[in-house]
Amino acid sequence: MTTTVTEEPAAPPVAKTARPPRKRGRLVPYWLLLPGLLWLVVFFALPMVYQASTSIQTGSLEDGFKVTWHFATYWQALADYWPQFLRSVLYAGAATILCLALGYPLAYLIAFRAGRWRNLVLILVIAPFFTSFLIRTLAWKTILSDGGPVVSALNALHVLDVTSWLGMTDGNRVLATPLAVICGLTYNFLPFMILPLYTSLERIDGRLHEAAGDLYATPATTFRKVTFPLSMPGVVSGTLLTFIPAAGDYVNADLLGSTDTRMVGNVIQTQFLRILDYPTAAALSFILMAAILIMVTVYIRRSGTEDLV
Amino acid sequence: MTTDHGGDVRLTGISKTYGSFTAVQPLDLTVPEGSFFALLGASGCGKTTTLRMIAGLEEPSSGTVMLGDQDVTALPPYKRPVNTVFQSYALFPHLDIFENVAFGLRRRGVKSVKKQVGEMLDLVQLGEQARKKPHQLSGGQQQRVAVARALINHPKVLLLDEPLGALDLKLRRQMQLELKRIQTEVGITFIHVTHDQEEAMTMADTVAVMNAGRVEQLGAPADLYENPASTFVANFLGTSNFIEAEVAGRSGDDLTLKAGGGKLVLPVSRCTASAATGEKVLVGIRPEKISLTHADDAGTIPDGRNRITGRVADSSFIGVSTQYVIESPLCDAFEVYAQNIERDSRLAPGAEVVLHWNPAHTFGLDAAQDIEAGAAKVEEDAAA
Amino acid sequence: MPFVRWLRRNLVVIAGLVTLGYLLLPNVVVTVFSFNKPKGRFNYEWQAFSLDAWKNPCGVADMCGSLSLSLQIALWATIGATVLGTMIAFALVRYRFRARGAVNSLIFLPMAMPEVVMAASLLTLFLNMGAQLGFWTILIAHIMFCLSFVVTAVKARVMSMDPRLEQAAQDLYAGPVQTFVRVTLPIAAPGIAAGALLAFALSFDDFIITNFNAGSTVTFPMFVWGSAQRGTPVQINVIGTTMFIVAVLFVLAAMLLGKRKNKAV
Repeated sequence: MTTTVTEEPAAPPVAKTARPPRKRGRLVPYWLLLPGLLWLVVFFALPMVYQASTSIQTGSLEDGFKVTWHFATYWQALADYWPQFLRSVLYAGAATILCLALGYPLAYLIAFRAGRWRNLVLILVIAPFFTSFLIRTLAWKTILSDGGPVVSALNALHVLDVTSWLGMTDGNRVLATPLAVICGLTYNFLPFMILPLYTSLERIDGRLHEAAGDLYATPATTFRKVTFPLSMPGVVSGTLLTFIPAAGDYVNADLLGSTDTRMVGNVIQTQFLRILDYPTAAALSFILMAAILIMVTVYIRRSGTEDLV
Repeated sequence: MTTDHGGDVRLTGISKTYGSFTAVQPLDLTVPEGSFFALLGASGCGKTTTLRMIAGLEEPSSGTVMLGDQDVTALPPYKRPVNTVFQSYALFPHLDIFENVAFGLRRRGVKSVKKQVGEMLDLVQLGEQARKKPHQLSGGQQQRVAVARALINHPKVLLLDEPLGALDLKLRRQMQLELKRIQTEVGITFIHVTHDQEEAMTMADTVAVMNAGRVEQLGAPADLYENPASTFVANFLGTSNFIEAEVAGRSGDDLTLKAGGGKLVLPVSRCTASAATGEKVLVGIRPEKISLTHADDAGTIPDGRNRITGRVADSSFIGVSTQYVIESPLCDAFEVYAQNIERDSRLAPGAEVVLHWNPAHTFGLDAAQDIEAGAAKVEEDAAA
Repeated sequence: MPFVRWLRRNLVVIAGLVTLGYLLLPNVVVTVFSFNKPKGRFNYEWQAFSLDAWKNPCGVADMCGSLSLSLQIALWATIGATVLGTMIAFALVRYRFRARGAVNSLIFLPMAMPEVVMAASLLTLFLNMGAQLGFWTILIAHIMFCLSFVVTAVKARVMSMDPRLEQAAQDLYAGPVQTFVRVTLPIAAPGIAAGALLAFALSFDDFIITNFNAGSTVTFPMFVWGSAQRGTPVQINVIGTTMFIVAVLFVLAAMLLGKRKNKAV
């Protein structure tokens, strides 16, 4: 930061053109930025550097850790915990798809069909945010409890037969299975899907729907060719806002799952807080970050949202 | 949808109500095939609602919409052989110009659209811009894309909803001629909704003036202007001066009227009110039909002209003409537009003058209406 | 088949309402179970109706203490993040300066990073510096991850603001400070309020980052987490229900107030 402060700003603000530039005025943006950015540099960027260095250290708690450029930790971490990584991607992916499938109709409803109920529905979508998500996640233990109405209904409809065959549930149980974890992830991150979808749907000019209808598009085609493409920015940011936190989550896997549903977040947490194997934990955390950054970059490139208006 | 035997657009008893508000009163209207038809009126008069009922974007509360011999009242918009140029265009922002124009063709399963789209873009002179996105084009270009996107489907009727409203004045004039040219070229029925009387008169063969959900009068532009049937039409299309008069008698094809102390003549054929002796009528005259002569020269006015005396209250020079406001016992603000051919420097405020005009230019209306109806359109236009 | 037609027309509405039900079901369960009288230590099965928990909400050891700690942290984190974030947002929208792209990335990244990664790396820093984990480390962490959200909320509002309003104020003899206080700040206020509200909610509800950096300090989410292992008292449902009702009332009041303001203008 100190280097940028001494440099000349690229262009003075518009209002200044009328008056001779004052030296103090030109530093205003840097003073405004300084405290906040400093905070982020020290408590967000710097920790990443520390973590990077920790991941290539060796040693023990008793003797202390030293940087030995021991990259083997990464290979070891991947070899030991690839099932947890895979599970994280699969569960988060499934939850993201479910969120999109469930969230789109609701976002559409709020944007185009809710009329005067719009604000109320929006409040109902946001309000659960303000109840501790741990309490709400615990409520799923009750909802999905063995022999409870939900499980009985799914059983009667033979849904559980299908999910058991897929390995998502275990006989008559839903709790402590992958399905319960995915269900909890979907639930927890659904508002992050709905809100961006709603924002981009709401921006669509209603006359575009009329114009499509006027040009021989049936309601279904209108959705496919006009509404959905125009909501792509919302779809992209919604899926990102769902997938990223879901992939790093360990609360749902812990509360609703079993030892067979542990995700990479669970591993990082245990390594860091219980086993105190800092290098492995740091390496895992770095791999997760890199994997997500790569996936996100590819995804944004592929979906070509930069091109959208 | 592309069949050639088109036909007229016939609206029978069509109306639209929203709750207790009636946007369009039951309306019968026939638009002949191949004509350029304008629906003219101030905002909120029901013209756009009528258009949207033809497009199928609005369901009529009663009545039927016929295209040729086909009843389309129950058809959704995507099944009607009708296309619309929307107000502010509604171009799809995520598709380029080519795909916008090809949209309707593709929806109807046309496989090779390239040639047709190319030709259509050439017709509207946008061949070069095919791969640009709508937001990269100027307002006038976007407007032409909207027209091309609708026309390429060879609709039986093209509906235009205030298509030039978003353009500045100069571009508007240019596009009026352009649209007229395209209409002549393709020969499709155009129904054009506008609040701009000049635009309607420039472009349309037939104009229907709408007011409060009804058609006030329908006819060729010149006809509407010269023979308005109501004060609304007389005021909405241009400016009119009105004098209250009483029918004194009839001689041949003319009515003799008493107004104040004077006598006016009105052809019977130009009076839409019943004109029995003793009844009141409103006498109307357009400002540009009136000649002004200084009171000193009153003797030079030929016989047989209607005349009124007054005093110049105000005059403003606007280039091609000078507009005078004349105070007279019959009407406190008589508007007179005089061509600036030979200006009489004595016609300054305060001067005593005689107003005179050919009786054949006078029109007579039912006296039981509001003289000011439709006159407030200038402010409404500005607000629109 | 009028029913089939009706169904086809309203399919979206039905699907949307199903989703809404899915979203609200846990809240219903939380509320209902706040009136439960569980037999064992866990409040997962319905036994009998009881008002015990509502009559004695702080009857559980340490719970209300953790709640008050969470409220304090949320309050300070909101103030800190809102002040710092608003300053950044104004700098980003109103001024041109070098390294804009870098600044934008630095603000975007914390929102795109899984919480565990931030939590773990921050803990590494604190361990390396030998910091005492507790109230202050939690507060530092909360301000850090709330900051970006405040910047985003305020930026959106300031960006939609017409810069000519400020020029008009200056034209009407308002100095820079007066322009800011009398014109800029009131117009940006809804964005700042939205950012602050978001920060409060995020901080109050955060578990993952807090869990890593709290040491032996127990915030309310951590208390709930612990109780999931040791036994869930009915009182946490009482707190959950109250929070939900307060939140809905708060938002409703804000909206009514906003409506009245709009009418007055």
